[in-house]
Amino acid sequence: MHPAPSVIAFTTLSGIGFGLLFWLGFDATPPKGMTAFIFFLIAFSLAVGGLISSTFHLGHPERAWRALTQWRTSWLSREGVCAIIALLVMGLYAAALIFLDSHLALLGWIGAILCMITVFTTSMIYAQLATIPRWNSNLTPALFLSLSLGGGALLSGRVTVALILLLIAGVVQLIWWKRGDTAFEDRGSTLGTATGLADRGTVRSMAHPHTAPNYLMREFIFVIGRKHALKLRIIALVLMIGLPVLCLILPFSHILAAVAVLSHLAGVAVSRWLFFAEAEHTVGLYYGMR
Amino acid sequence: MTDLPTQTTRKLGLVIDLDTCVGCHACVISCKGWNTENYGAPLSDQRPYGEEPMGTFLNRVHSYEVQPETGTAQTVHFPKSCLHCEKAPCVTVCPTGASYKRVEDGIVLVNEDSCIGCGLCAWACPYGAREMDQAEGVMKKCTLCVDRIYNENLPEEDRVPACVRTCPAGARHFGDLSDPDSEVSQLVENRGGFDLMPELGTAPVNKYLPPRPKDSWDDESLLAPFLEPVASEPTGFLGWLDKTLDKLPGGSA
Repeated sequence: MHPAPSVIAFTTLSGIGFGLLFWLGFDATPPKGMTAFIFFLIAFSLAVGGLISSTFHLGHPERAWRALTQWRTSWLSREGVCAIIALLVMGLYAAALIFLDSHLALLGWIGAILCMITVFTTSMIYAQLATIPRWNSNLTPALFLSLSLGGGALLSGRVTVALILLLIAGVVQLIWWKRGDTAFEDRGSTLGTATGLADRGTVRSMAHPHTAPNYLMREFIFVIGRKHALKLRIIALVLMIGLPVLCLILPFSHILAAVAVLSHLAGVAVSRWLFFAEAEHTVGLYYGMR
Repeated sequence: MTDLPTQTTRKLGLVIDLDTCVGCHACVISCKGWNTENYGAPLSDQRPYGEEPMGTFLNRVHSYEVQPETGTAQTVHFPKSCLHCEKAPCVTVCPTGASYKRVEDGIVLVNEDSCIGCGLCAWACPYGAREMDQAEGVMKKCTLCVDRIYNENLPEEDRVPACVRTCPAGARHFGDLSDPDSEVSQLVENRGGFDLMPELGTAPVNKYLPPRPKDSWDDESLLAPFLEPVASEPTGFLGWLDKTLDKLPGGSA
């Protein structure tokens, strides 16, 4: 799959943003006043910034509101609806903390749960696609949720929780990669099943429909990323989990905390880039490619 | 809502004969022509006369080589367009309701005024049947020429999809696949029509007919006995020429 920067930015930033909002909502002793303002500013900037960047890849962003209408069947629509409700609820919760100095705990819990439902719906946009076996798994929501919760805990300064959750996210990531590497073969789709000619012999693509590539090839067949996939996986894991965990174990300092957060964000971005770049779509079969 | 209908009254679709398709791409051109001038946004081209020309097509013809374990390889030309699946995954993923499957005839269409161009339906389609138009930013797909098949301003023989009307080899057939007695259903029945990627559970309406088995080198033609040489030794003028040429230096042939 073509790794569109807008979609990578969207899933990376909004994932960690909603993760931070989750922990702010579940906090028994949340920050108040100016401190709360800064925390919520960061969280909302990440979550909303990610959502806005996701509209950049639309052909008609001015019609984006229509995407809120089909929540009965479409995970993309559900995601839009959940994100808006979660942001509204957390906005009220944040306003009470910042301006009224009051902690509406129940509202915070509801908002926190809505934030995680939003991340879940994001992950289901990808996990629902049978055409991309690497994504089409329950492990995809597990990966998105564990990274969102771990990143959020890291950003909100919860050392122990972040340590545990980041390590869990690392394990989920490793399992996700392991399963993903054989997912396409396991599904059994080949050029033979794609053309229905499998029982007659080995099918080979002899000529593409046109001499130049097309939208389908640009969107679904992306092979550049796979060349360095192993190196990039190691880089992702070190930046996303390794370095932040090391920073958390060392005695606390603001510089180390900043390094941990930035390293984690960069690592998640690399992991998300691979998420798209390594994903093979069944359309590739028709072109004799993957 | 982008719910799929539980059942459609009819199942209009195509049956494509891989035995007779000669890979001429006439269906690609007639499709592009009709659908650029009629329903919805025109099918744009990018750099049509420049480097790497690209464009939107609703129908594309691939060419494959099938190599059996023994014997010669066979070339199969393979036209591919929307299969108007009964369980169309492209419809249910649509966040705006722009994609829908019609209850009356099962045609899968895009309402281009509602399409936001997110591309998720193209991701959900296993067959690459949907293409985002790069000029209009909306999703384009085969409409089964919905503006031809019901068009009473056209002569009756033209009320079929443009690709079917134009195919010089008669490799494309259009009809109602829900009616077991229809010509297309009979073709599927008699020729062993099959689905593409059945393992994905999309239940395509369009069917493909397999190439018929080819002659083998060992098969003897019924006409072979009549093709024996009538005279193995030349007579008359040719006989004289044969003998005379043999006598010339250089040995006999």
